[in-house]
Amino acid sequence: MDYHFNFRYIWKHFDRLLDGLVLSLELAFISILIGIVIGLALALVHTDFGWKARSFVAVYVEGIRNVPLLLLVYLVFYGLPQAGGMEYSAQTSFIITLSLYSGAYLVEVFRSGFDAVPTGLIDAGKAIGLTPWQRLIYIRIPTMFRIVLPSLSNAFISLFKDTSIASVIAVPELTYGAQWINFNTFRIIEVYVVITPMYLVTGYAILIGLRQIENRYLKRS
Amino acid sequence: MSDPLVKISGLTKAFGDVEVLKGIDLEINTGQVVSLIGPSGSGKTTLLRCINYLVEYDDGSVLIDGQEIAHKDTGNGTRQPRSERELSAIRAQVGMVFQLFYLYPHLSAIENVTLGLTKVRKLPKAQAQSMAEAWLERVGLSDKMNNMPSELSGGQQQRVGIARAVAMEPKVLLLDEITSALDPELVGEVLAVVQSLAKEGMTMIVVTHEMTFARDVGNRVVFMDEGRVVADGLPSEVLDNPENERLRTFLSRLNPHLALEK
Repeated sequence: MDYHFNFRYIWKHFDRLLDGLVLSLELAFISILIGIVIGLALALVHTDFGWKARSFVAVYVEGIRNVPLLLLVYLVFYGLPQAGGMEYSAQTSFIITLSLYSGAYLVEVFRSGFDAVPTGLIDAGKAIGLTPWQRLIYIRIPTMFRIVLPSLSNAFISLFKDTSIASVIAVPELTYGAQWINFNTFRIIEVYVVITPMYLVTGYAILIGLRQIENRYLKRS
Repeated sequence: MSDPLVKISGLTKAFGDVEVLKGIDLEINTGQVVSLIGPSGSGKTTLLRCINYLVEYDDGSVLIDGQEIAHKDTGNGTRQPRSERELSAIRAQVGMVFQLFYLYPHLSAIENVTLGLTKVRKLPKAQAQSMAEAWLERVGLSDKMNNMPSELSGGQQQRVGIARAVAMEPKVLLLDEITSALDPELVGEVLAVVQSLAKEGMTMIVVTHEMTFARDVGNRVVFMDEGRVVADGLPSEVLDNPENERLRTFLSRLNPHLALEK
């Protein structure tokens, strides 16, 4: 093999990759937070309201889930500003997209979670005189979260990996940092050899961390 | 004589085509402990769940202390369904203990008890805390107050379930086969708690398969079969000298050797 590995330029620009990694985590974190709010609200609309509300939720969920994320990113970044005359940064645009995307997935997760709350627990809440709203806050939501916690961790790790797509609209996350180094140093293989373990190790570390939190929460609870 | 605490009249309920309750009339006075017995499918659990409207009955009425649980009178003779808020307020006066305990899994034993005290009865935290402690002590769990339900045995969980219900100071307590999910050696500790409540004059309606318990704790036994009340009276009358044929069959199935003796 004639190719000679040369990591010198990678280390020289390594702070770009580190900053990119931090931004990737931030993007995933903000998006899942907004996604949880969207998912929770729509899962409740779906479970507690009539068929009209249901079909609205279904349109959103299926609409998002059956379009490639890359295309959604383009649509929100190029399409929406043109259609609505709004202007926002690439980063904001990506957060909007990823939040809508994670929201659509989490609706399904939370919905099945709510369905899995034993009716007996809700009856036990009724029996002590809790109002429907109190039953939601003190019983249904906490027990639902216990059920879906593992799926929630998985969703977060998926989102973390999906942030690499933000590179196509020049959000300076980890993959974009790698591309920048490519274009400026032509050390293409080296940079991917470096960022692949960065994704892998970070993703795995998050997984272990979240599993630990799950265990502690489920034990206490 | 004063009005009955629980007055059930003409109560019917069908699940689809299956008529589970075919017109139940029952009056229960303050301080009575009614053992509700009958073969499975006779409608006893459904009847119990109608009393706090966990089951929405079709026709007839259930009055708790003179208040109809499902409807209110609008004054001009028509009935109007109660709002969820009113329904919750009435349910708070009726306690219930479940076969499968149904403790809130994310709350500790004491938090299971204080939830209703702070959120429904709106008691200050400190007062709710001390009341819950007193009740948990009463059911013999002073050393388990901060344990999570998953760390408790079935019998302990069920005693928390009882504490959760009685801490609300209900007018009447409904017990739905509360020992049938327990290991035999844990049944005694739960029944002892119920017995002590009975001694203190708590009004209770007890669905049970334990005939000795029905006799010991109940001062009245109601036998149901196929959605109707078939026999109703003192334990000695109903259990020892059954006049009804179906009741006799039911009792002999539970206790084959007694049937042979007779």
